[in-house]
Amino acid sequence: MENVTRGKAFVVGDNVDTDQIIPAEFLSYNPADPEDRKFFGMYAMSGVPPAQSGLPGGGVRFVPEGEFAADWAVIIGGRNFGCGSSREHAPLAIAEAGCKIVIAESYARIFYRNSINGGYIAPMETSARLVEMIATGDEVEVNLADGTLKDLTNGAAAELKPLGDVAEIVAAGGIFEYARRRGMLK
Amino acid sequence: MGMTITEKILAAHAGETKVTPGESVWVNADVLMTHDVCGPGTIGIFDQQFGCDAKVFDPEKIVIIPDHYIFTSDAKAHRNIDILRDFAKRQGIVNYYDPDFMDTTDPGVPAPYADPAKTSYRGVCHVALPQNGFTRPGEVLLGTDSHTCTHGALGLFATGIGNTDAAFVMGTGKLWLKVPPSMKFVFNGPMPPWLMGKDLILHVIGEITTDGATYRAMEFAGEAIDALGIEERMTICNMAIEAGGKNGVINPDDVTMDYVRARTSKPFRPVCSDTDAKYLSVTEFDAAKIEPTIAQPHSPDNRATARELSDVKLDRAYIGSCTGGKTTDFIAAATLLDGKRVAIETFIVPATTQVDADLDRCKVNGKTLREIFTSAGCEIGPAGCAACLGGPADTFGRANEPMRIISTTNRNFPGRMGHKEAGVFLASPLTAAAGALTGHITDPRDVMDFDTPIGRTTN
Repeated sequence: MENVTRGKAFVVGDNVDTDQIIPAEFLSYNPADPEDRKFFGMYAMSGVPPAQSGLPGGGVRFVPEGEFAADWAVIIGGRNFGCGSSREHAPLAIAEAGCKIVIAESYARIFYRNSINGGYIAPMETSARLVEMIATGDEVEVNLADGTLKDLTNGAAAELKPLGDVAEIVAAGGIFEYARRRGMLK
Repeated sequence: MGMTITEKILAAHAGETKVTPGESVWVNADVLMTHDVCGPGTIGIFDQQFGCDAKVFDPEKIVIIPDHYIFTSDAKAHRNIDILRDFAKRQGIVNYYDPDFMDTTDPGVPAPYADPAKTSYRGVCHVALPQNGFTRPGEVLLGTDSHTCTHGALGLFATGIGNTDAAFVMGTGKLWLKVPPSMKFVFNGPMPPWLMGKDLILHVIGEITTDGATYRAMEFAGEAIDALGIEERMTICNMAIEAGGKNGVINPDDVTMDYVRARTSKPFRPVCSDTDAKYLSVTEFDAAKIEPTIAQPHSPDNRATARELSDVKLDRAYIGSCTGGKTTDFIAAATLLDGKRVAIETFIVPATTQVDADLDRCKVNGKTLREIFTSAGCEIGPAGCAACLGGPADTFGRANEPMRIISTTNRNFPGRMGHKEAGVFLASPLTAAAGALTGHITDPRDVMDFDTPIGRTTN
């Protein structure tokens, strides 16, 4: 994971559950199959109702129709991001669509764990109500080393909470590499 | 200071005498469960990380149970069954429950099992595992499904995990877990006959919201819980995840022991919370004061009473899933529907093949459940997850257009049962049956006399 990421933000609201992140009808694609895997990028965030997709105005698709990825650098969410189903396809879909950072006020436990243990995305937390400070399409800069977020479009800034005891797993790129580094796996 | 049941189980499985909430421990798993939606991805990670020739940590501790996308023409879903079949064969996994009626080379929707008692297919994992003796007090059960918290109803630690974690467990038998602090929910007083476990848990979620128990254990206790059979206790623990809970749990009692001992001869060590265990919070409810409860679209915490919503017209009723498709659920619904006709399309989906068999075995007023539902005009589908999570477009009962559904399932975020604009009202089987009968949201007390019990089975 790069320490500094710059690019456009995609903003959603509270309680975006994993059925919205990747609807169940696409779960017959197998993440272990490289051809299938691309489709998780195509359908990432496609279950978010249009009015809430790309706040504040809504009506913004996360991935353009017929494409496998988009150029969002970060997803900005509210409370309880990733609640609902335990499907690991959710953080995987976000990553496949080209986005490697989510910043939210809080996460559902399994989504958070899957994001980190699978090494898909960095799920960063903040106490700021970013969904009201940042608009979809704003140019933002996220510095994971300093734990800061800057909205380069409107000048807003926020602090990110430290990852704490999972930082080592994020740095290793997932639970398997972490366990190998610790000598638990060959 | 004593420990909660959750702390005791995690300590025992981490080789410690004591653990403290917030501490991370490496825990040995007794059962790892996966299904057709997350199994192929888990197997892919296992093969990649451990090598295609690697063996699973213990083939007898892994349960592979297809249940999500069986009755569909989706070719990828068929391919996924092939992946599970191949893996079960090469790993010698004896606890693999094959949909043996399914020819994956046939492109259509598979014709269901002819006889639910004569198929190796079982149906929804969270109901089938307890029914087949895999859910044992004092153990650690991990599954690639968020509703794995259901199993805690039998006094074990059970939680949902992702594919990567499951692949790690598959190879090592271990997983790191952070010990959760426990929230205790006590339901005092007798359980009124018009209430079901579903009403209690919808009430709690409305109280604490969808992230009120994030990273926490939810322990349920009290006279009203003690009065419930295993199946309604499962309904309560099943929805712990809808409040963000890591696990739901109920201390094992005689009801639990009778249920488990009738289904397995494997030894297990039940434990219970100490009386001086420390809880993050203790919330008490008077069960008699809780009313038949609904979670309105689009969130399980959007609580109202059925009577407050009596002017809401419905298009469809759905009675099924791990949450609301068990034998007790259908006995309750059939008691209300006996001798009557439904006013809206009503789908009945038994969670498992055993529940399906119970539709013919169990009777209300001398009639089988199947006879009652058929005479009432309901459509009955084969056992499985079906439309609880939408699924492929040809899934039985899926909402393919905007509509209002009253459902005994567990989740009603946008698009959960199919169409993004379909509004799902979560309810107990009694309240769903009452809505099916009248075509609008209805308190079961307004259409049924509760002087006689609803046929609540203790086991």
